[in-house]
Amino acid sequence: MAGKTEISEQIAYAKILDKGMKIGIVILFITFIIYLTGILTPYIPVKELPQYWSLSVHEYLEATGIQAGWSWLHRLNRGDFLNFVGIAFLSGVTIVCYLRILPILFRKKDTAFAVIAILEVLVLVLAASGLLKAGGH
Amino acid sequence: MTDTVKRISVLMVFLLMFLSLSATAFGTDQAAEAVLVPESSSMPWWGWPLILFVVTFILGILAVLGGVGGGVLFVPIIGGFFPFHIDFVRGAGLLVALAGALAAGPGLLKSGLACLRLAIPVALIASACAIVGAMIGLALPSHIVNTALGATILGIVAIMLIAKKSEYPDVKKADPLSNALNIYGVYCEASSGKDINWQIHRTPQGLATFIIIGVMAGMFGLGAGWANVPVLNLMMGAPLKVSVATSKFLLSVTDTSAAWIYVNNGAVLPMMVVPSIIGIMLGSIIGVKILAKTKPAAVRYIVIVMLLFAGLRAFLKGIGVWT
Repeated sequence: MAGKTEISEQIAYAKILDKGMKIGIVILFITFIIYLTGILTPYIPVKELPQYWSLSVHEYLEATGIQAGWSWLHRLNRGDFLNFVGIAFLSGVTIVCYLRILPILFRKKDTAFAVIAILEVLVLVLAASGLLKAGGH
Repeated sequence: MTDTVKRISVLMVFLLMFLSLSATAFGTDQAAEAVLVPESSSMPWWGWPLILFVVTFILGILAVLGGVGGGVLFVPIIGGFFPFHIDFVRGAGLLVALAGALAAGPGLLKSGLACLRLAIPVALIASACAIVGAMIGLALPSHIVNTALGATILGIVAIMLIAKKSEYPDVKKADPLSNALNIYGVYCEASSGKDINWQIHRTPQGLATFIIIGVMAGMFGLGAGWANVPVLNLMMGAPLKVSVATSKFLLSVTDTSAAWIYVNNGAVLPMMVVPSIIGIMLGSIIGVKILAKTKPAAVRYIVIVMLLFAGLRAFLKGIGVWT
């Protein structure tokens, strides 16, 4: 095992990761059941999905009128978009883990790693922000 | 060859033949222009998601037995033999690899096999570059992506065939950067019960290599474990088990950044992502249970053959020979 002082942030990270992963998988499972059963009407009827999934993402967004980014938050009453809650949760767990270890790193005066961790949070938040849009093809 | 491996071999040959025939019989034309593709397939809407679940379940088993990540199998195989556009396949592939890494990460960190201090600096570079790779990948036409993906998969096959592994690399002296960052550790080797002290070298070179790895992971939706392990183990000198475990954990950071790009650009379909994640996770659980009864080396060769086939398929698809 790594030395005791090194384990503290590692174990703290692991604990948050464990809880976050389990919660995320449960959310994903529940929202998918809601989607499959039609409890909430999906934005794209499931029977029409085969007409869209072979399109490029640019063509798909044009054909469906869906806006990319965080617009799914406005459509949580739709069975398909509700699944993005679990997807976003799983994609966000790592950010929470890094935020959890920052105080530990500062307490230990581990400045280099604290700075690296802050930079990582900024990178992940930038990716999650929706500001970065890829060009269509 | 053991009975189990024979059965797996037959299953794999059947699976690939079935997927090829299904793609021909039921697939829609991926070269459609920017109009709604008329429903010409006789497959019910739930057919392909169900097949996807079954296939990812099998891939989950193979990934564990063959010692590869789910992502490197998922993208070329699903992209090559299913009617889903490569944009959505990559988005799903990243989320599948991410889910697997999130599931494995806690145990690997708690056991000390994965090293957070080794992963954090590497993850920063790889995750930032994965963003770049994801944006490039989504901007490129699909035939270029398929061609490059096919070439990359064939390169991965070559790496898997020729790359050596070093259980305990001989690192005589840690380099100044790893010393400054206190990147070193101790883990308990289960087979001998001994504590293994380790340190790394060539840290700047290793970090630079992760620039390329990050870009490729984001561009192709692959997990990047195939590249992480050789760099951590052979270039930087981390013990093999630490390299494998840290690589698996590292994916949870690298793939997070790339996955967000695909999510925020609309390249994620829940009907693809969720069956894939559940399929691979269930398959991995079964794979772990039967791992003790199989010869991993033999299964690894089966996986290599599958990747070779899938890589050729993607490459030929990209250049328009096998559409």
